[in-house]
Parts: sequence; structure tokens; C-alpha cells
Amino acid sequence: MEKKVFGRPKSLVDVKSHFCPGCHHGIAHRILAETIDHFGLREKTVGVACVGCAVFLYDYIDVDVAEAPHGRAPAVATGVKRAQPDKFVFTYQGDGDLAAIGTSEVIHAANRGENITVLFVNNTTYGMTGGQMAPTTMLGQKTSTSPYGRDFRKDGYPIKMAELLATLEGTAYSARVATSTPGQIRKAKEAVKKAFEMQMKEMGFSIVEFLSTCPTNWGMKPLDAQKRVLGEMSEYFPLGVYKERKQADFL
Amino acid sequence: MDQRVFMKGNEAICVGAIAAGCRFYYGYPITPQNDIPEYMSAHLRAMGGTFLQAESEIATINFILGTSASGKRVMTSSSGPGISLMQEGLSYMAGSELPAVIVNISRSGPGLGGIAPSQGDYFQAVKCGGHGGYRMPVLAPHSVQEMYSLAMLAFDLADKYRNPAMILGDAIVGQMKEPFLQTTYVSTVSPEKPWALTGCEGRPRQHVKSLYLKDNAIEVHNWKLHAKYRRMQEEEVRYEDYHLDDAKIAVVAFGTAARVSKTAIQWARREGIKTGMLRPITLFPFPSSHLDEVARRVDIVLVIEMNTGQMLEDVKASTTCHDKIRFLGKPCAMPTPEEIHRELRKLSGRGE
Ligand SMILES: Cc1ncc(C[n+]2csc(CCOP(=O)(O)OP(=O)(O)O)c2C)c(N)n1
Ligand code: SF4
Repeated sequence: MEKKVFGRPKSLVDVKSHFCPGCHHGIAHRILAETIDHFGLREKTVGVACVGCAVFLYDYIDVDVAEAPHGRAPAVATGVKRAQPDKFVFTYQGDGDLAAIGTSEVIHAANRGENITVLFVNNTTYGMTGGQMAPTTMLGQKTSTSPYGRDFRKDGYPIKMAELLATLEGTAYSARVATSTPGQIRKAKEAVKKAFEMQMKEMGFSIVEFLSTCPTNWGMKPLDAQKRVLGEMSEYFPLGVYKERKQADFL
Repeated sequence: MDQRVFMKGNEAICVGAIAAGCRFYYGYPITPQNDIPEYMSAHLRAMGGTFLQAESEIATINFILGTSASGKRVMTSSSGPGISLMQEGLSYMAGSELPAVIVNISRSGPGLGGIAPSQGDYFQAVKCGGHGGYRMPVLAPHSVQEMYSLAMLAFDLADKYRNPAMILGDAIVGQMKEPFLQTTYVSTVSPEKPWALTGCEGRPRQHVKSLYLKDNAIEVHNWKLHAKYRRMQEEEVRYEDYHLDDAKIAVVAFGTAARVSKTAIQWARREGIKTGMLRPITLFPFPSSHLDEVARRVDIVLVIEMNTGQMLEDVKASTTCHDKIRFLGKPCAMPTPEEIHRELRKLSGRGE
């Protein structure tokens, strides 16, 4: 008897993707769709898409989606969750979106312990607008607006969001994962599941930061981009779980 | 049952909003509208609703966006500088066709300006303060009664057009206390919101969005929005005619400026000066054709505003009788009845 061991997740729409070859947004999308299926949440989920390469989330994930202005997804998600506490609410944001223009919104949503889940894709650059310097851009990294390489004296340091958000009382779960090896993908999936569970148990804010690639704007071949994630990127942005709450405050 | 109550304008807005079924309020403190979040914080949670104080007006308007996308009636209030921060979200909401009620109890600007009552946010409210070009119904109450009734109307207009609606007041209508009749709210719109994002149970997934990249989709979308604003202009013009029938001087004023003008008009009438007022209640849509008709009939059109002449531009755009138009304005204060009365006397040829 033939047994199907692998297939397209039900919540992932069967369309051609617009992401560049070697981009990890697609892997993160798949993990998201698989987790929605795993918990049977497809019909009670409202997603919030941001600005950037990820805005077309609604073309790929088969759930209701609202589009937020640049950086404001955690605030839009707050409005959705407050209106519909029985729904599963997530945002999907890039580093330009979450760590630059949207720092205030994400910090305060986390600090309120807002019961939402944030998937944060960190590719150390602004992908959609053509590879400008992001708050997560590595020291020395050349981008279209740091043509000589990021210099901490002038441009500051790459910001570590998973660590920063873990310090907040309202954060129930904060982890950083990567998707550059099958083992990492498995771990990433576990982290996303944990983040979903936090929301389902009303434990508070949960975030998973994905170290991702942008071969197009890094000017790298996809395989070299993988190496960069496995090397210098995960050195500065260590993978791991930064916070995992065992119990909700009100229990 | 209708009942007479005595309260502040800012509170009357809250009572009207709650009567209209608003159970969600988000906001951020700014003078002179703090009575509104204070009232909502004291009442909404107790009745099972949601009050949430945001970290900024930017967050506020995006809470609003999310709650509106969930199909709920939702309101915020602020004043000039805060409304400026909401413009990004307002543009997204107009583009995404999301209803909500935004109250601007405006102060004097630009910049941090002052907290004196002003009508300096007319341009921002009626000409679309955010990017891309959009409109919203703008209601201008001039009494506590109207703070109550226009709050209810604003929710119906927002839902009817799937668009934000604004109440534009100032510190005086906000802070003044007077009795008003608390009438029963009767909805004029269907409560159904099939477009709301409620999880796709039993239906295909749907989206609330304003991004249209493919082909000429954004052009099609903009024409659709434009048609909606045209329909507002056809169906929603509201104004009050005050002693206009035999008037030779027609004052045009809204909100507090109109309220004060009424006193001056009464004084002038007692002296036999035939004067009246056209008071726009909707600033968008502007009562243009009625204004033109009045302007043709009278000798003088006196525009009175608590700014340096913003509605004046719409008055001029409404009529060709430009030689009849005069202006009396104060950017950061209420013109007194004495000042207006003196102006009416002067214009009627009675001198100072
Ligand atoms: C208010 C505002 N400012 C700037 C932009 C332009 N913009 C679009 S996408 C983007 C950056 C996105 O970068 P990131 O969030 O890292 O996502 P990526 O494209 O890398 O996935 C910017 C700055 C915008 N849309 N809105
Ligand atoms: S530009 Fe970068 S982030 Fe965007 S799809 Fe291409 S590789 Fe991915």
C-alpha cells in the first residue's frame, strides 16, 4: 500500500511564489501553514500582513488576512484580537518592518502581553525596496545605503530583537531560529508550535525570529547566502529560546 | 424613552457612541478632549466593551483598523497633533474601505500650537490629511445636543460608506455643559458586515487591503472610491438655515463660530438688520449648491471662522458671487458676539 508521507499543507495556497530563488520567506510561509493545519486553526485565524516582500502573505496562506501599514502590524493585530479574542491572530513581518519603523508597536504589544503571535523574518536588509541598510544589518555589511559597510560609530549596532523582547514582562515566548538546514527547519517548526500554543493558552505575546536570506540584495548565490546565515549571522544573532513562560500571570 | 440630561459636549459624544452600539474605544491623551477617553474608560469595560489606552496615536488608529476589520463599531478621539499622527492609518482605512468614527476636538496649531479652541484643522479634515487622495464625511456639531446626535449619525455614515467618518469639534463645544434630549438611537444601516475578517469558517478566505499592484487594479479601485465620495456629495449634505428667508447678510459659519454667530444675529435682528446664517453641518460634503443659491439672493456673505480662512476657500469654490464675500477670522480664539455684532452693523451700513 502506498502511503503519502509529504504533501502541500492545506493552508498553503497552490500558486506560484513571487519570492526570489533561495529566499527563505517561502520556508517560513510553509512552516506557518503547517502549524495552522497542525492545530486545525485555518477557519479561526486572522493574519496581519505587513509591508515588504512579505505583504503578499494573503496570496499564499489560505486564511483571512488584513494588511497593516509599514510596521504597524502588532497594533492592527491588537485591534483584531481585542475584538475577537476567540480567533488565532498572527503577524508576519520583516526586519525593516518590525525593528525599524515598527519598534514602538511591537514593544508595546509585547509589553501588554497581547495574545498574538509574531513571525519575524530577519534578513538583515530591506528586501522589497532594494537592499538598503536595516537596523539588523551586520557591522561591515555593505548595502545600498551603507556602501562602505555598516559602521557602528555612524550607524549604530545591529539590533537583537528576540533578546530585547524577551526582557519584557508581557512576552510569553521569544525564540530565534534559522531555516538553512533540515535540522534547523525542524527546530523552527517546534518553536512556531510553541509560539502558537502560548497564544492558545492565553499566556501572552509570542515571537519567533527567523534568520533568513535575501540572496538578491546580498548579491550572493543562494548557497553562499545559506553559508552566511550559518556563519556570521548566527554568530551575532545566536539561535535559541530566550524566554518561555511556564504559567500565565493570572493562573 | 427620550430623556433630558445635562452634561459636557465631550461626554455627550460618548453617550451617543455607546447608544449607537460602539463597544470599542482606543485613544491617547491630549488636551482638550481627555473627557472622552476618561468617560469611555469608566463605562465601556463595565458593560463588556473594550477600552484600551494606546502608546501613541499611530498605534491607536491601527488598533482601530484591526477592530474595524473585525466588523465592530469602534471610535477614537484626539486633537490636532494626534490627528496628524493618525493620517497614515486613516489613509490605509480609506483605501481598505474600513468604517470608524474619529473625533477631533481640535486645538490651535500648527505644531504644538496652543490648547485654545480653534478651527484650524478644517483643511486636514475635509481635504484628506493623509496620502493618496480620499474623503470622509466630516460632521461639525455646534451644541451638546449635536455632539450626541452627530456621534450616532457618524457611525451610520461610516458603515453606510465603509469609510472613516470624522466629528470636528473644538474645546468650546467639547467643554460646554448644557441640557440635551437623549433620543433613542435608530439605525439607518444594515448591521451585516460580510466583508469582516472573522476566520474563514464556511467561506473562502478574504482580505482587507489597500495594495493593488496588478494591471490597472489601483486605477479601478480609485474610481470606485471616487464614486463613493460623489455619492456622499449627493446624499449626505446637511446644513441649518437660520433666519435666512429675508436676510440681506448671510453669515456662513460652522461649529462654535456658528453658535456665537447666532447670538450676534439675534442682536442685529433686534435692531432691524436683516441677517441670517447658513450653517454647514457636514463640512464634507459641503453644501455648495445651497450656498450658491443663498449667495445669489443676499447682498453680503460673511464667512466667520476660528482660523485664517480655510472654509472660505470652499465658499468661494461654491459660488461665482465672489464680490459679496467678506471674512472675519481668528486663528486661536472664539470671536465674541460683540465682535460679530459690530461687523454685522458695519456691513449693514450702520457704522461701528
Ligand atoms: C511609511 C512607509 N515608509 C517606507 C515604505 C517603503 N518600504 C516598503 S517595504 C520596506 C522595507 C521592507 O523591509 P523588511 O521589512 O525587512 O522586509 P523584506 O522586504 O526584507 O522582506 C520599505 C522601507 C513604506 N511602504 N511605507
Ligand atoms: S528581495 Fe530578498 S527578501 Fe525579497 S523575495 Fe527577494 S530574496 Fe526574498
